[in-house]
Formats: sequence, C-alpha cells, structure tokens
Amino acid sequence: MAVTVNTGDTAWVLVSAALVMFMTPGLALFYGGMVRSKNVLAMLMQNFFSLGLVSVLWAVVAFSLAFAGTGKWIGNFDFVGLKDVVHHAPPGLVLTIPPLLFMAYQMMFAVITPALITGAIADRMRFGAWVWFLGFWAVLVYAPVAHWVFAPSGWLFKRGALDFAGGTVVHINAGIAALAVVLVLGRRSGWPKSPMPPHSLPLTLVGTGILWFGWFGFNGGSALAGNAVAAQAFVNTHLAAAAALLGWLVVERVKDGHATTLGAASGAVAGLVAITPCAGFVGGLSAVWIGLIAGAVCAFAVSLKFRFGYDDSLDVIGVHLVGGIVGSLLLGLFADTAVNHAGRDGLFIGGGFGLLGEQALAVVATLVYSFVVTLVLCLVLNRVLPGGLRVSEDDEETGLDLALHSEVGYSLERA
Amino acid sequence: MKLITGIIKPFKLDDVKEALKDLGVHGLTVTEVQGFGRQRGHTEVYRGAEYTIDFVPKVRIDVLVDDADVDEITTRLVETARTGKIGDGKVWITPVDQVVRIRTGEMGSDAL
Repeated sequence: MAVTVNTGDTAWVLVSAALVMFMTPGLALFYGGMVRSKNVLAMLMQNFFSLGLVSVLWAVVAFSLAFAGTGKWIGNFDFVGLKDVVHHAPPGLVLTIPPLLFMAYQMMFAVITPALITGAIADRMRFGAWVWFLGFWAVLVYAPVAHWVFAPSGWLFKRGALDFAGGTVVHINAGIAALAVVLVLGRRSGWPKSPMPPHSLPLTLVGTGILWFGWFGFNGGSALAGNAVAAQAFVNTHLAAAAALLGWLVVERVKDGHATTLGAASGAVAGLVAITPCAGFVGGLSAVWIGLIAGAVCAFAVSLKFRFGYDDSLDVIGVHLVGGIVGSLLLGLFADTAVNHAGRDGLFIGGGFGLLGEQALAVVATLVYSFVVTLVLCLVLNRVLPGGLRVSEDDEETGLDLALHSEVGYSLERA
Repeated sequence: MKLITGIIKPFKLDDVKEALKDLGVHGLTVTEVQGFGRQRGHTEVYRGAEYTIDFVPKVRIDVLVDDADVDEITTRLVETARTGKIGDGKVWITPVDQVVRIRTGEMGSDAL
C-alpha cells in the first residue's frame, strides 16, 4: 500500500521510537536495583543484550513474520531483510509515517517485551541459555502474537479485540511466559527462606523514572500520529501511573504499615502496564480508575508467589501479567468511541458485553499460546543445551556477575 | 602493652576519636562491622515480604596502648561511647606481646 507521509506524525513517531528504546535500559535499572549486588551486571546484561539480538532479528525476519502478508495466524517472508519495507506499508495498515519508521517503532516493542521476563528469572539463568531463549522467543512467541493483535489480518484484530499499545502482546505475553520459564528453571537457592532484599532502591527509582518517561512514547506513539488520540493516550498514561502509585501505597500502608519507595515505583509501573491496552481508547477520568484498580490489585498480586511457591523473583507476574489482564479487561468496560472512532464502546459506555467478551478471548488466547510455546521452548533448551538453562550452584553462590561475565558491579573496596 | 578493642555505635565514632586524641593516643584503626548482642536486628519490608535483618552495623576500634594508660583510656572510651540505651556495644582488653613500627623497626612502647 502506498503511503502519504505527514511530517508532524513522522516527527512524533520518530521521537516515540527513541523513547521506547530508552525504556529497556530503564527496565534494566528498575530490575538491577532489586537484585543482590553480586548479580546486578548479569541483570543489566540480559536487558541490554535484548537491544542487540532482538533488534537484528527483528530487521532480518521477525518484523516480516509479524506484519507481512494477510494470514490470520502469522505473517510471511515478504519483508525479510527489510525488503520492500521502505515503500510498502504492512497490508491493511493506513500509515501517514514512513513504513520503515513503523518497523523501527515496532522493533523497540519487540526488544523490551522479552526483556520484561528477566525480572522473573533473576540470579540463576546461564547467559548462554538466555541468548538462545531470547532469540527463539522473539521469533516463535512475540512475532505471532503481535501479528494476531496488531496486524489488520490477525485473527484477534479482525474479531475486534482492542489493544492500543500492547496489553496482550507485551505485558500478558511476557508475564505468562515468565511463569513458564520459572517453572522450568526452579527457585533461587535459598528462596523463600533466605532474605534477598534489593541492593539499591535508588537504581530502581531511577529506572522507574525512565520507564515512566519512555511510556509516553510507548502509548502516545501508538496513535502512529501526532493528533488528538496521541494527546489522549499521553494524558491517560500519566494519570494511570499517578493513580496506581496512590493505589499501591494505600494498600501497603494499610496491609504492612508503611508506604515504601519500592511500593511507589511498583505502583507506577502497574498503572503504566494497565493503561497500555486502553491508552488511546478511554477518556474522562477512566485512566484514574484503571490506575487505582491496577495499583491496588497488583499490590496484592505480588504475594501470590509465596502462596503458590513459584519464584517470580522481581514480580513480573504480579505486576505485568496481572496488570496487563486488569487493563485488557477494564478496556471492555471503559472503551469509548467518542475518544477514538477506531475503537468500540465498552459496557459502561453502552456498548454491551461484546467488547468485554473479545477482550477476554484475546487475554485467554495470549495466555494459552505464550505459556505453552514458552514452556516447550524451555524444556527443549534445558535438554539440548550443554549446561541446561541454569547456572551451577557454585556460580549462583558466587554471583552471576563474576561467574558469567568476569566483572563486578561495585569495586569500591579495591579503589 | 595492651590492645583495647571497642565495638561502638557508628555515630559515636567522632566523639570517641576526639576524646582519645585528647588523651594523647597517636593512632587507631577503625573497621565497619556487623553483629548482634542484646540489641536485636530489625525488619525490612519489600513488596509486602518481611525480612528480618539480624545483624546491626557497628564500628570496631582497635587501639594499642601502654600498660600505664590502659585504665584511663578505657574509662574515657566507655564514657564517650555511652548513650545508656541497648546497643552501646562492648570494650575488651587483650595483652600484646610485641609491636613493631614497620618504617623504622622500632619495637615495644617506642613503636606506639
């Protein structure tokens, strides 16, 4: 499809793509501050490595699998190696930005989505295993799910499920995959008996700030234009983060007796996650309600791992999976075509249960596909990779920074 | 010669150092340490999960003194480091066979 380029739209999406790129280093710091000091570099490395590997894979093949062709389930090889991307928009998409920019913008989403999983597997995965897992996951899980939801020929897109910026594709997808990986990987040695408190919450708070900032590009840019929908998404993003920060703090103040910095950071991220599917589809104060609910629900959800005994180290499931589900379902209530005529009306706006049903189907489809494929991928890699997925007990005790990367994060004692 | 070792509250370090300097102590060694006594640790909460931290940060002071000065310096150290609350720490004294100043090779009291 030929494209008429609008310079204002192009300028905003160029900036947005850069903002989304910045979220991956932000996520690295958010997680890096929460691990023990002997594992901080390994955490940063898993995230930065995604910027390397997934970017290249995306340009070579994954973008094509996500956006080329008119298949229901997956794209084809028309855009492999960026062939024709300069002149042709993905089938069915009406773009006012260069198709190459659309590819680049989507690339940043593909980079950060598997990076979200690193929070669950912290402190115990071999770097070599992460390399293989990351590559296969981006191609086998991310690309197909992105096709279902974001490509106009995808089966969930066609049914009318809404996902403005990746509630299902990014957050539910990564969150449920995180559960599958930790089930194969097992718990950190000593968890939950030994204390493993965060080594630097200031790093975590800096990371949160970067994530929040970058999210304006993640959601605002998903309008793919510099227009009223982008402005709505921008405002919703901020309000949801703000309200969720408040929601989380209220819950922990009542439940545990203190308002904590980690709670404020976690709440903000939970709100950002929940508003992601809704950002360009809801108006008024819907974002405040969505944020408050997500913040409060996720503050409770992070204790699920203790009840069920899975070691989701930094709460990818409690924050991203649960927050993503909350946002995707609430969209079925709050969506409003007065905000965005490309959307649908939700239950509260008089649209009935239709949209809510489609949202639930999209959630379940993502949960099932991502969990099953990720689980099989992990079981296979654990079997075929020499050394499996997990580091030796010695290396885990020593710390991954030294054991895997021959570096240490902090060497003040040698100064 | 004796080695006076004190485990004290970190914020008392400056006062103790000044007091010992006033008494003519020429040098001491300070180490950041952790431990517990009657003062128990504390609890930290991260995302609702409580962690009990058993060890409390303290400062350890090691100072070598002449036999004649032991009582005065010990008394002064204890007075200065005391707040009267649990967790003030301990002081103990051990005999020292020999001391050598590395630069000059001086030994015994001359090396203090």
